[in-house]
Amino acid sequence: MDIAKIRNDFPILKRKVNGNNFIYLDNAATSQKPNLVIDSISDYYKNYNSNIHRGVHTVSQEATDAYENARIKIQKHFNVKNSYEVILTSGTTHSINLVANGFLEILNENDEIIISGLEHHSNIVPWQMMAEKNGAKIKIIPINENGELDMKVYDSILSNKTKLVFVNHVSNALGTVNPIKKIIDKAHKLGAAVLVDGAQASAHFKTDLQKLNVDFYTTSAHKLCGPTGIGMLFGKEKWLKKMPPYQGGGEMISDVTFEKTTYADLPHKFEAGTPNVCGAIAFGVALDYLNDIGFEVIENYENSLLKYATEKLKSISKLKIYGESKDKTSVISFNVKGIHAYDIGTLLDKFGIAVRTGQHCAQPVMDHFGISGTVRVSFSFYNTKEEIDKLYDSLNRVLSMLG
Amino acid sequence: MEIKKIQDEIIEEFSLFEDWMQKYEYMIELGKSIELIDPKNKIDSNLIKGCQSKLWLFAELKNGKIIYSADSEAIITKGIAAVLLRAFSNQTPLDVLSADLSYIDQIGLKEHLSPTRANGLVSMIKQMKYYALAYSNK
Repeated sequence: MDIAKIRNDFPILKRKVNGNNFIYLDNAATSQKPNLVIDSISDYYKNYNSNIHRGVHTVSQEATDAYENARIKIQKHFNVKNSYEVILTSGTTHSINLVANGFLEILNENDEIIISGLEHHSNIVPWQMMAEKNGAKIKIIPINENGELDMKVYDSILSNKTKLVFVNHVSNALGTVNPIKKIIDKAHKLGAAVLVDGAQASAHFKTDLQKLNVDFYTTSAHKLCGPTGIGMLFGKEKWLKKMPPYQGGGEMISDVTFEKTTYADLPHKFEAGTPNVCGAIAFGVALDYLNDIGFEVIENYENSLLKYATEKLKSISKLKIYGESKDKTSVISFNVKGIHAYDIGTLLDKFGIAVRTGQHCAQPVMDHFGISGTVRVSFSFYNTKEEIDKLYDSLNRVLSMLG
Repeated sequence: MEIKKIQDEIIEEFSLFEDWMQKYEYMIELGKSIELIDPKNKIDSNLIKGCQSKLWLFAELKNGKIIYSADSEAIITKGIAAVLLRAFSNQTPLDVLSADLSYIDQIGLKEHLSPTRANGLVSMIKQMKYYALAYSNK
């Protein structure tokens, strides 16, 4: 992997922050964008911006083709059987709400859903809102001291009352990769559907959704070098047909009279209104960019960064890393005894280093460890060992200031 | 001493530092000497909202002057709170209400008072002014 060439693709990596070279280690929050993606956005607005699907004119047809071509790129990337099983959403949160809304009508008060204890807030709230309305019960898979899901508890709470299991592929707070294949196979034996949130996974490795045999899978483009405000929901055809539309509006209808509306076929049934055409196209470009580098290459490189950074950080006394699962992505969540994460984050920023501090939208995970938050550094394939050295040196200076 | 004079004094102290590290080290020192909130007042209802680290603020009126006390889990937040308390504590509520905050800019800590910053200092200033408003009617 030619790291110099790759870094050159990301214009933001050249900027200075507080007088220092910008070191971006907040990749789990959002990724930076390569020129190809940025240019595809301006190219769309400069050359073929148009509303899609119903325009008879040439430019509308071009925009429609580009939008639908993006769907096919997503379909291929995730190895989805049919392109109409790919719903373009505004992102993971939208996707999850869409499924929760669908299950609002499918479930009743005798039904149960299971959620992992590693979830992001956005993964919990839509289900609580659903359960308030239909009376379904929510059960939680707790996590162990390594930040892994307790599979024994999962086995014990999974029953024929379980209708849906909901877990993230990778935890955003800790980077733990969950054993989703096992979770899916066990749920299917009892007839439960499984929704997997792939927002933290898709930037780091490729996932074959047919092989996984998952019922629903979602991700956000901005986590994988694409723009914000666009994402995808994969749903198996049988489920998408069973679920009612989420929002009413244009695009999602085939026939409307004042008495009755006939909904459009998949995927348009779930894509009400003018979609984020430009975002979808740029999402497709981002997938091309990443696939050109190759996900195996990306994964290996990120693993080497993770290993290098973990060893360096561990050599700092009083530093504790949370979540040391054997199977994790390039995320390190840590605290230094006696020092607040906020202070570390504020001072690292002065050195031009962007990290995340706080609960990472995962209060239940923080409660599990009995802490109010952590410092989280998360690496991408455009980060370097030199940047990790700079992090290590700056962190030591910060700690001597605060100590 | 009046608020403006204290603020000028703080500006002068900070102007001696050549780089941000010295500035922050000094602020951390100031944080250690803050008028600490009494443990009995370190309760949830005195927490300032919007902070990543807990920040408590309390105020009482003594001889017509408002006395603030505070504490925070984060030492930088505590340092900035100390910079605020030094200027505004032991002043009359009316003086606090009419006080200007540009000295924060001048000592190079403006970024901490951005409304979008998750340190709660903007809420802290608001709360300080609320206390002053409440006590100005007594």
